[in-house]
Amino acid sequence: MKFSNFLGLIGAAAILVGSASGTAAEDKVVKIGAVMPLSGGAASIGVHVKAAFDVVLDIVNNAHPELGNFPLAKSAGLAGLGGAKVEVLFADNQGSPATGQNQTLRLITEEKVVAITGAYQSGITLTSSAIAERYGIPYVNGESVAASLTERGFKWFFRTTPIASDFAKVFSDFLADMKAQGAKTDSIALVHDNTEYGTSVANTITATFKEKNLNIALDVAYGSNATDVQSQVLQLKERKPDVVIMISYTSDAILFAKTMQAQDYKPPILLADDAGYSDPDFIKAVGKISQGAFNRSSWSVGPSGSPSAIIADMYKKKSGVEMDDTVARQMTGLFVLLDAIDRAGSTEPAKIQAALKATDLKPDQLMIGYKGVKFDDKGQNILASGGIIQLQDGANYVSVWPKATADKAPVLPYKGW
Amino acid sequence: MAFFLVQVIVGGLLLGAVYALFSSGLTLVWGMMNIVNFAHGDFVMLGMYAAFVVFSLFGVGPAAGAPFATLLLATVGVIVYFGLIRHIMEGPMLAQILGTFGLALLLRYSVFWWFGANFLSLPNNIVGGTYDIFGLRIEASRLLAGAVALLVTLGLHLLLTRTSLGSKMLAVAEDSTAAQLMGIRPDSMQAIAWAIAAGATGLAGALIATFFYIVPTVGETLGIVAFVTVSLGGFGSVPGALVAGLLIGVIESVSGYLIGAVYKDIVVYALFIFFLWFRPQGLMGKA
Repeated sequence: MKFSNFLGLIGAAAILVGSASGTAAEDKVVKIGAVMPLSGGAASIGVHVKAAFDVVLDIVNNAHPELGNFPLAKSAGLAGLGGAKVEVLFADNQGSPATGQNQTLRLITEEKVVAITGAYQSGITLTSSAIAERYGIPYVNGESVAASLTERGFKWFFRTTPIASDFAKVFSDFLADMKAQGAKTDSIALVHDNTEYGTSVANTITATFKEKNLNIALDVAYGSNATDVQSQVLQLKERKPDVVIMISYTSDAILFAKTMQAQDYKPPILLADDAGYSDPDFIKAVGKISQGAFNRSSWSVGPSGSPSAIIADMYKKKSGVEMDDTVARQMTGLFVLLDAIDRAGSTEPAKIQAALKATDLKPDQLMIGYKGVKFDDKGQNILASGGIIQLQDGANYVSVWPKATADKAPVLPYKGW
Repeated sequence: MAFFLVQVIVGGLLLGAVYALFSSGLTLVWGMMNIVNFAHGDFVMLGMYAAFVVFSLFGVGPAAGAPFATLLLATVGVIVYFGLIRHIMEGPMLAQILGTFGLALLLRYSVFWWFGANFLSLPNNIVGGTYDIFGLRIEASRLLAGAVALLVTLGLHLLLTRTSLGSKMLAVAEDSTAAQLMGIRPDSMQAIAWAIAAGATGLAGALIATFFYIVPTVGETLGIVAFVTVSLGGFGSVPGALVAGLLIGVIESVSGYLIGAVYKDIVVYALFIFFLWFRPQGLMGKA
């Protein structure tokens, strides 16, 4: 513990030195705090988000005419603040709610950041945003889906991502469409781990599906980080559900794909809830034996030359991996925050807060497939939405639903290998 | 139902053989020098990465990866013995526990630093697909691991009971001063024991890598099972680990299938504790 604090200090010092030398010539620097998992089990997320935020800063701080009318791209720096440059100070939440809280406090009181984004894990966003609320610092979250976060009556908390109930609705609408096209969706199996993520998403889906008269015939819960999932796969094979919904992190998702192939089991429709199935590692390891898997996503790369395609390219150059839904949602959160600061024309918290409340971004001003960004009184983006993507060739997801924004038509049944 | 149950039991046996395979090294080290190696799971992890490196450099599967992992881990075992174990054996029990625990973290985070946190995987079907025998599905990779588990268990058992090297090792385990008076060098014997134990663990890792994902923290996932297997089988008993591994594999699979996967660990550990109540030395352990 002591040692990691020491490392944190060195890291902070390095950031300070870096900022001092890099921006000495500029009058004004807008400092944003980012509380993210840079170590611990979710460390790979932290590595990705660092590369992603570098891309955002590149776009904002330098002129990028190739992005057209994309907000903050045209000129160098924030035009509303006379071309001020933006800087992001990272703090490691270590996967712990308590650390996330302490680091947020440090960013606000010592680093004097004007706003915060983070903190990936819903449980850490919960504690870290409470500190920002107490100090009256705007907090924009781009990726945490636990519904409770925007039910606390906070005045400084804003969330751009769709949440679990939005996704459950996307799933039920999608399945209704598939049924209209002749697919069977009479019995549905939910496969989920027993973590906060797995159980809460499974509960939300169960509740939403009940309202829509969709029958959940089988609920297969399992312990996360399983050593073996054969009995779960055989349960599915015996009961033959029409649709299998997978709510799993990467390790278990890989194991399920391998075991399904070994047991020669293919559900007619396999629909995944993001997480493991969106991880580039999953696609590399078992994409070829998971062909035809559906997944939810708000991200799709779009036609070449579009802002989203250009940004995806910049990200791939920076990080070495393909853009995924999680990273795209995190970047969108930061873009929305910076757009508000630009419109506020000030780094005063109250003015940023007012600008966030007045946010009204249109789909063509976003790098992601939301219907826009507009916050309700609770701070939740009411225009957040998502679609369905499919791993048709086993290597890249393509958007297949809703039809209006789809690149390809959905292919049934699940092909596997 | 009945048919699926047969498949579940067959799968459980294969799983159990794998449990036995990666537990044999742990039980051997305990039997030889009364040390619980908390870095055991991370030895398995190193074996998996060794197989992965061999595959990505030369494009060959376990035929080359397994011998390489065995030799590499045997070397690591000797280095660990002379660099760490020999010194902490003189200290209190707590030092031994913390020493191997520290080693586990060192190995885990070195691999984390070098390979990153990404999930890796050998190509599917690197060991010839899946057999279909009257509808029963048996993966070749697991069958290979199971067969090797039996051979390794048998080999270790024969080594300990039928060879002079084995007798010398057991002599050191029983009373190292007396053994020394008989002209046996305890240091060499224990270094050999570590080489064999770590080598067997590396072999297990290379074979498990053919059907499991590879990640720096995989030792945590697999390590716990190894400890349960070894204590159920009896610390120090190689055949005990085999029987215990098979038992745990089958109980896990059957309870996971009949009651539900979230409950299978409850069933396994409840039976485990219940059993130790009556026989604390394990199935075949020394009383």
